[in-house]
Amino acid sequence: MKLKDTLEETFLALLANKARTALTILGIVIGISSVIVMVSVGQGATGSIQASIESTGSNLLMITPGAARTFGAGVRSAGGTAQSLTVDDANAIASQVASVQYMTPEVSGRYQVVYKGNNTNTSIMGTSDSYTQVRNLSIDQGVFITTQDVESASKVAVVGPTVVTDLFGTDAVASDAIGQTIKINKIQFQIVGVTVAKGGSGFQNQDDRIYIPYTVSQRYFTGNKYLSEIDLQIASPDQMTTAQNDVTSLLLTRHNIADPTSADFTVQNQADILSSISSVSQTLTILLGAIAGISLLVGGIGIMNMMLTTVTERTKEIGLRKAIGAKAKDITFQFLTEAVVLTFSGGVIGVFLGWVISWGVKYFNLYQTKVSLLSIVLAVVVSGAIGIVFGYYPAKRAAKLNPIEALRYE
Amino acid sequence: MIEIKDLIKIYNSGSVGFQALSGVNFSIKDGEFVAIMGPSGSGKSTLMHILGCLDTPTSGTYFLDGKDVSTLNEDELAEIRKNKIGFVFQAFNLLPRTTALRNVSLPLVYAEVDPIEREKKAKESLKSAGLDEEFFDHLSNQLSGGQIQRVAIARALVNNPKLILADEPTGNLDSKTGEIVLETFRKLNKEHGRTIILITHEHEVAEHADRIISLKDGLIISDSGAHKKK
Repeated sequence: MKLKDTLEETFLALLANKARTALTILGIVIGISSVIVMVSVGQGATGSIQASIESTGSNLLMITPGAARTFGAGVRSAGGTAQSLTVDDANAIASQVASVQYMTPEVSGRYQVVYKGNNTNTSIMGTSDSYTQVRNLSIDQGVFITTQDVESASKVAVVGPTVVTDLFGTDAVASDAIGQTIKINKIQFQIVGVTVAKGGSGFQNQDDRIYIPYTVSQRYFTGNKYLSEIDLQIASPDQMTTAQNDVTSLLLTRHNIADPTSADFTVQNQADILSSISSVSQTLTILLGAIAGISLLVGGIGIMNMMLTTVTERTKEIGLRKAIGAKAKDITFQFLTEAVVLTFSGGVIGVFLGWVISWGVKYFNLYQTKVSLLSIVLAVVVSGAIGIVFGYYPAKRAAKLNPIEALRYE
Repeated sequence: MIEIKDLIKIYNSGSVGFQALSGVNFSIKDGEFVAIMGPSGSGKSTLMHILGCLDTPTSGTYFLDGKDVSTLNEDELAEIRKNKIGFVFQAFNLLPRTTALRNVSLPLVYAEVDPIEREKKAKESLKSAGLDEEFFDHLSNQLSGGQIQRVAIARALVNNPKLILADEPTGNLDSKTGEIVLETFRKLNKEHGRTIILITHEHEVAEHADRIISLKDGLIISDSGAHKKK
């Protein structure tokens, strides 16, 4: 039997039972589209996490006070609470580690901010002019903190767009904020700039933040010489490891610590954070995909069920086909083709539906989604394979029928 | 053209063997119209299955068209059925919800004949089976019993077989329609020189053939030989 004729027979057979065909295909459509959607949500999450980490600066080394990992005995204090990093440390790193391109010290805290009747509690980041370089921050209106501001401890503030709407009303634009005076922890600051919206949400919303000179933070808020973080931008990615080592040994020497395991600071590489978060979200993707895969399996069993019913129903027809000269392989091929056409069309519709749903999820801002070509190709291939796997047994059963008994079947 | 020697068929169901055919011998020449007659349990169905290459004998030989087909495997038998045998069944066995023309073309689909040739042959076949052209595109469930059996006969004819095997072809038809169907066989035999074997348990049906082979308990009890009716 020729392929063209087999396909024609298949379509006639499938169209003869439209409702059953449609329902069986639906099982596969749901399976495939849920795989596409779940994986796209997982990959979208991975992508957005990576993007938000990368947007905080490239070739970034972050030095925080306190030990990162204390194995065995010992209490690890919350990041930033230990006081071990000073401005002198920061300057020493900037001048002595060759691969450091930019250095910015940070003194962070949360304080109440007031403008006329409005007030908000937000993150106050005391830093220097090079913060924009290191952390990839852009200014929308006005200017960022200057070296002059830092040296003279000027009470100037650069605010994020969320702060602008929180303090000046939801309709306020960036230019409305420039030149206004706000009170941070009861101290007056003049707004000199507004940062560009970076998006992002959750634990580190960079738009909901106020930047002031770190000297001001130290003098008016913390009252000491310590820093909560030092950020470094390294000249090139391949110098990251060397830089990390150089910084570590320099600080160990400065803090008079002989044993590196008892360091009172932590040097973190952005790439390390990225890879650990990526591995988490990849596990998430696999998990979501696996859950969706179960519905695909159920769809496959639906196919098998339908094919077995079909074979039983069409026993007489199979007997006739054999009597007029169909070989076992013709029968196998015919029923296998039916199963594959069912699953494959389910797969194609499922990919389309999944893609539309993913797009909808993204469009309505529920989650970030990313439909990868790989998941589409995989879904189509898998749906075809399901047809073969779940269609094989019914097809073999049909092919094995004894023509005499099949013809007599009532 | 058909030569059967010492045909024995034993069915093994469990430990007990049942001998359906106990040494059957006969030969049929090209262009004969033979009825194989017998009551149920006589072994005529078994004989028909072997003649139709749907089954193989336990022992003995069956030469069809000069070739021993008694020892072939399933695929080889399918090949013989495809090229040399046409079946007409009591239950008609047309594909449901399928046009008369497509039903008739089916054997040619397996013979991988191209579609244009297929339609031409199927139409010719339907004409010689006596179905009016207006019914060619009717679905099988829209046809009457007599028309259905004529479609089935056309299907048996379409691959130009050496042998047409009709298993109780009038069993599901009223006597008047049955008469017409038997007349169709007769015409095919007389005018087109087809070799036809009719399997039946009714004497009146067997009477339409030129030669009657009677079976009982797996043995031939009478063979009228190639007598001429009328």
